[in-house]
Amino acid sequence: MVHDRESSRPRAPHVQIYRWPVTMATSICHRMTGVALYAGTVFLAWWLIAAASTPAAYLAFKDITGSGLGVIVSFGYSWALLYHLFNGVRHLVWDTGHGFENETAEWTGILVFGLSVGVTLLAWLAAFLPRG
Amino acid sequence: MSLKTRSGRVRGSGAAKKGSGHFWQQRISALALIPLVIWFSWSIFIHAGDDYMDVRSWLSQPVTSIFMLFLILAGCTHMRLGVQVVIEDYVRPEGAKLTLMVLNNLFSTGLGIASVFAILRIGLGA
Repeated sequence: MVHDRESSRPRAPHVQIYRWPVTMATSICHRMTGVALYAGTVFLAWWLIAAASTPAAYLAFKDITGSGLGVIVSFGYSWALLYHLFNGVRHLVWDTGHGFENETAEWTGILVFGLSVGVTLLAWLAAFLPRG
Repeated sequence: MSLKTRSGRVRGSGAAKKGSGHFWQQRISALALIPLVIWFSWSIFIHAGDDYMDVRSWLSQPVTSIFMLFLILAGCTHMRLGVQVVIEDYVRPEGAKLTLMVLNNLFSTGLGIASVFAILRIGLGA
């Protein structure tokens, strides 16, 4: 976090010690996935611009995004997108005034984590399994 | 039950003067993005690995182009507003905050315009 002035005094551990409520984890993940998706939009624009350019440009896009690192980034991006989508729906439900009870916020949070991981894994497995 | 003070009700605004526009734009772009992202994710799943000709013939279809334009408009609005809040939350020095605000707007609208150009270029015939 931002500090206004330097201090030589030791800080008590908080993040490592304090028990993480699910709601805290979902909130931080929502912001983190949001920022990650923001950065990843560069790849969406690159894909479109490559498709609008020459075949060579599109091939370069495919090669780079199809590399080992590219696949890892794509996997991470797809999970971030699904997580942000599902948790976003949870946020919109909150905007209507519902779902704020502790138990509800907790199980919907767990559901969002589970669904996002599950659907991501399913989609990638299905994409790599032979078709037909 | 309104939480406004009487003078606020008279003047028609809260202490910050504005912000409800941001709130609604974020919610409306979020609502639009739900079907758009589902459609986009499914489409990418289907078309991943397509070569140059196949991806262009898919993108040039009117429905695809229109949905993609909607996606870009809603997405760039949503991401611009979202990151604006992140900057407001974490950046203290006023100069740095202003600079990052400008860069955020530049990045978000810039990517949006570049993407729209690409789609129109493909859809209207290279």
